[in-house]
Amino acid sequence: MDEALKAELSKQGIFTVTLQELYNWGRKNSIWPLNFGLACCAIEMIATTMARYDLARFGAEVFRPSPRQADLMIVAGTITKKMAPQVVRLYNQMPEPKYVISMGACAISGGPFKQGYNVLKGIDRYIPVDIFIPGCPPRPEALIDGFMALQAKIDAQQLTGSTRPRHLNAAEPSEFIVPEFGAHDLEPPKNTTVWHAPLVQISLAGADDSGAA
Amino acid sequence: MRRWCKSLWQVRMTLEPLKAEIEANVPGCRLEIVPNPSPSAQHSLLIDAEHAVAVATFLRDAKNLQFDYCSNVTGIDWPSREITEKVKVTKTIEGPDGTPVEQEVEEVRKSQTVGHLEVVYHLYSMALKHGPVVLRMRTEDRGERVHLPSLISVWRSVDFQEREVFDLYGVVFDGHPDLRRILMWDEFVDHPMRRDYIDPDDYEYEPTAHDEVMRRTNEHHGRTA
Repeated sequence: MDEALKAELSKQGIFTVTLQELYNWGRKNSIWPLNFGLACCAIEMIATTMARYDLARFGAEVFRPSPRQADLMIVAGTITKKMAPQVVRLYNQMPEPKYVISMGACAISGGPFKQGYNVLKGIDRYIPVDIFIPGCPPRPEALIDGFMALQAKIDAQQLTGSTRPRHLNAAEPSEFIVPEFGAHDLEPPKNTTVWHAPLVQISLAGADDSGAA
Repeated sequence: MRRWCKSLWQVRMTLEPLKAEIEANVPGCRLEIVPNPSPSAQHSLLIDAEHAVAVATFLRDAKNLQFDYCSNVTGIDWPSREITEKVKVTKTIEGPDGTPVEQEVEEVRKSQTVGHLEVVYHLYSMALKHGPVVLRMRTEDRGERVHLPSLISVWRSVDFQEREVFDLYGVVFDGHPDLRRILMWDEFVDHPMRRDYIDPDDYEYEPTAHDEVMRRTNEHHGRTA
């Protein structure tokens, strides 16, 4: 629609929007997070919802105790390998459209416990993550910033075309492999359809005497 | 506070009389004081597995000791290591003129110690406000003979902590009513706190790799540093 016409109509008290704008506006302002915390990051998440930081200003005050009623999972804390299957199962039980915020160093990569024997090196090995919030733990402001980034992401979604979100694309999966407990590690140790190891150039500096990187 | 410190000092510094007292009251038990050379000087008492429950019961019930609280149970892994000794040996060597000559030669002998697992108990007395007394128990090796008696019949509080030692070190506590893994899942077969535990190869992405992590990362990516 022509922007000039749109402005002219609004002067007459007629507001015109596309269905996509209305749909995205409605969704981004009524995100219901899952009431779910794993470690110390959850304390910051709780603080974010309380009066001082007041996540309710962004339409996300209803933390739902059931995954069936939630559309945002804030993975707040260290994911132990023993807990990981339950996290994935909860995610699978959430209805589409659903989003994941990976909050804090542990949920992103394992954080300070990365080489621990029972710590998953990031929840993105099993489920798709929309927003990563670094920090140990991130302050409530950081969570709010991440939340607003998620809102912007929802707002920018195209409902048609090849870039449409997963829940509008029947070919995309809605459920992900729940890992099983194996003899030495989780089986599978990662979901290769979701996670690909980022390309990193491992510096060899320090590993030999030449000093060449 | 002063009284607490004094008792602490008394108990810590005087394991000798405690040892003698236990030996007098628990016939047949074999005790050994394991000295701690660090400034904390927290010496401990090595007890034998057969008399462990009797010794523990005595420590709990004796009127002047009353160690009614076991605050901590932990494990230590002592893998077998190589010891090198220098031994002086007399050898017969052929002298320059063809006659045998006795000569003292220093010989280096290498041997492997038997590795073992150790369980450590920290005891306090709430009633008499003293402690800690540190008890140790050792398994015979790190393979099959890793059985030790559970002290759960003496102190109920060791329940979860003995399960943890079982889970992470693989010490089997005989007499424990519910010896299951507590931190790892039931299907897990390793004991991750043992020194020779090798964690699974998930070193695909280590952005700040160094030392051991770098070695594992390079190994994973099929390179040798």
